[in-house]
Amino acid sequence: MRADALTTPRAANGRAPDVFEPGGWVPMREHREQDEVDFAIVGTGAGGGTLACKLAEAGFSVVAFDAGAYWRPLEDFASDERHQAKLYWTDDRIVDGPDPLKLGSNNSGKSVGGSTVHFAMVSLRFRPEWFKSRTKLGYGVDWPIDWREMWRYYAEVEEALKIAGPVRYPWGPKRPRYPYRAHPLNAAAEHLARGAEALGTDWAETPIATLSAPHGKAHPCVYRGMCVIGCSTNAKQSVLVTWLPRALAAGAEIRDLAMVGRIEMGPNGRATGVHYHREGEWRFQRAKNVVVAGYAIETPRLLLNSACSRFPDGLANRSGLVGRNLMVQLNQAVWGQVDEEIRSYKGPPSLAINEHWNYADAGKDYHGGWAYMSQGPLPISWARSLSGGRGLWGRALIDEMARSNHSVGLKMVGEVLPYAHNRVTLADETDQYGLPIPRVTFAIGDNERRMVAHALDFMEASLEATGARERWRETDDTCHLNGTARMGFDPETSVVDADCRSWDVPNLWICDGSVFPTVGGANPSLTIQALACRTADRIKELSRRGAL
Amino acid sequence: MADRFPDYDVLTQRDTPSWNAATREVIDARLRLGEATGLLTAVQIATLRALAERIVPQPEQRAPVNTVALLLASLTDATAGEGYRPAGLPPAREAWARGLDAIEAEARLVHGRGFAALPPEAADTLLAAIENGTVRACEWQQLPPRLFWSWRLLPDLVAAYFAHPSAWSAMGFGGPASPRGYVRLAADRRDPWEAAERDDGRLLPAPFRNRHAR
Ligand SMILES: Cc1cc2nc3c(=O)[nH]c(=O)nc-3n(C[C@H](O)[C@H](O)[C@H](O)COP(=O)(O)OP(=O)(O)OC[C@H]3O[C@@H](n4cnc5c(N)ncnc54)[C@H](O)[C@@H]3O)c2cc1C
Ligand code: SF4
Repeated sequence: MRADALTTPRAANGRAPDVFEPGGWVPMREHREQDEVDFAIVGTGAGGGTLACKLAEAGFSVVAFDAGAYWRPLEDFASDERHQAKLYWTDDRIVDGPDPLKLGSNNSGKSVGGSTVHFAMVSLRFRPEWFKSRTKLGYGVDWPIDWREMWRYYAEVEEALKIAGPVRYPWGPKRPRYPYRAHPLNAAAEHLARGAEALGTDWAETPIATLSAPHGKAHPCVYRGMCVIGCSTNAKQSVLVTWLPRALAAGAEIRDLAMVGRIEMGPNGRATGVHYHREGEWRFQRAKNVVVAGYAIETPRLLLNSACSRFPDGLANRSGLVGRNLMVQLNQAVWGQVDEEIRSYKGPPSLAINEHWNYADAGKDYHGGWAYMSQGPLPISWARSLSGGRGLWGRALIDEMARSNHSVGLKMVGEVLPYAHNRVTLADETDQYGLPIPRVTFAIGDNERRMVAHALDFMEASLEATGARERWRETDDTCHLNGTARMGFDPETSVVDADCRSWDVPNLWICDGSVFPTVGGANPSLTIQALACRTADRIKELSRRGAL
Repeated sequence: MADRFPDYDVLTQRDTPSWNAATREVIDARLRLGEATGLLTAVQIATLRALAERIVPQPEQRAPVNTVALLLASLTDATAGEGYRPAGLPPAREAWARGLDAIEAEARLVHGRGFAALPPEAADTLLAAIENGTVRACEWQQLPPRLFWSWRLLPDLVAAYFAHPSAWSAMGFGGPASPRGYVRLAADRRDPWEAAERDDGRLLPAPFRNRHAR
């Protein structure tokens, strides 16, 4: 293991790490800072990494920056929760509001490859109606994109990541077969399946971004179960091992350990490049276009931190919506004890899913949808659930931990509506780069409370049906971050248009989870990647027309 | 509670295909980790030690966990911390220093002696008062007790303790699992290198079966 990845850039001198070979390298094209590259992309996660690949393959010159390190999973990742915190965004952030968010490991990554390096790999399509939730379902706001178009891009991403999923997906319109066969269920997933059947609903093997057969240089999943601390076998189809090797091969440059602090604006109202901090000093890269892809906290932070005399309230913020409408997803759970040994540490954590309540509307006293999945928490995270969520400490905690192999749980991913008061602003304090740190303000609404009540009742009934006793509810967890720079139909009510181009600055784009107008009850990363593929196609088309 | 995984020690797998080189390096260093000096005062350390005893008490038959050393390390190592904190709480290191001072002051105010000298029941009652926000020492004016309890004290101590292999062994957790992973995923099935749970109805007792956990 090479500890220097966190202190010395690895992507430099004409080469970048080969993620498939311990100590290996692949060639990397480099650009001079005084050269105006076609695209400077801030962030290499689900949005930025995918876009970097697609733009490079289309022949554009691309430099993609990431504040995080460039890992080679095979040699750098330990099977250890504490050590792998090196993958998380742990720079200072202040959380407040009535329901302050727990961030860190739970929500955001800081690595080349972004949060996908430690995400749980659940790869879901949105329900078509969510793209028109205002018109069709009566809540939230509409997306400026039609679901049929997204359907095509979903298929592209599923193919690129070799998503392993069921032969027939029980919900929503017909979709192509998943590229790879579904993974076997572990014991925790069996409980979800039996419970769903007892309650008269469908269930499915979760479509998931880890290999069930070899792909290129990557081997199939070994059911090690440590996906959310980084996959050390490369079975996980993260951006790091999928889109980025393609991006490099197509001529993109990646700069690791490069924190972008400000977007520079020219006198003509166009962005001219980015100021970034690397190897102890501030540097400047010129660019014809700037894409912000830092996820729903760092993206608005960078736009706000780039305020200048022409844009005193931050870039792309004519609507005042930059940083607003932050949407997490509800992540409440029900747990219980069973006689048999579950040992849910084995296999990816969420091998079975029930999306029934994403697609059924009758019988709800709230707007929006939710899904739930089987669970496989690792020791530290489980001990924190028992102590924080259940109030156990001392002997009671130690004794309960000793029964972990018999615990089984179901956890929801639930839709949070967009509320303008849930937002990211700048705090007075500064970070290690001297940049104002973000303040993240969050409150759950009554709609969400009603949804949680329904979901917890339903999940508890499922656990009861499969024999779980001593059931208890973990009520305050959230996951995923979206919104804060929403896309829309006009400059007064949105930050970017359907092409993810900002209304105010024609060569400034946003390509990540922050553009979501609504989030639905499905994990977001497949949609972020599909959007990035679409954005790349739109950019190609605009370029062809001379409209960039 | 009686040990459910008698004689199971996850460290016996260190030299098997369940541990890659990175894991060996990380865990070896963790087992050796000593307490960082200069971060907290001697009184604060004594309070912290007593606090760890109450929050994450070590089962007797298990190898000792260096909880205090691990907690101290998380206050200096930038990547071991969490970064985020609720408005009203200072950064982690400052919060811990103030929190330990406040616990000590509370013990002296209520019981006339230091926290480390309290009998277990009194210590637990005091801790419950932090949990419920009913503490009285004026030191808590600089540190909201319930925020400190739920965002620092509990999660930080629990994370330190359960980072140690001794804690994994006691809960029958498979521990590091790369590159080998697992083969048997179904209920009540276990790979030969996983811990057998005590079950006195079985023909072969768990200690015997665990001899082959490697
Ligand atoms: C534990 C966990 C489990 C998850 N599980 C799932 C799941 O099962 N399914 C799913 O769909 N989603 C899941 N997610 C969410 C998913 O990972 C994210 O939604 C997705 O990665 C977000 O994509 P993004 O491009 O917006 O941001 P990210 O992927 O987070 O990428 C942003 C990148 O930008 C970099 N960056 C930010 N600011 C700057 C700056 N100023 N300068 C330079 N670099 C910068 C960051 O270092 C980061 O690498 C999970 C997330 C976590 C944390
Ligand atoms: S379970 Fe599979 S995807 Fe998860 S860490 Fe292990 S090998 Fe990787």
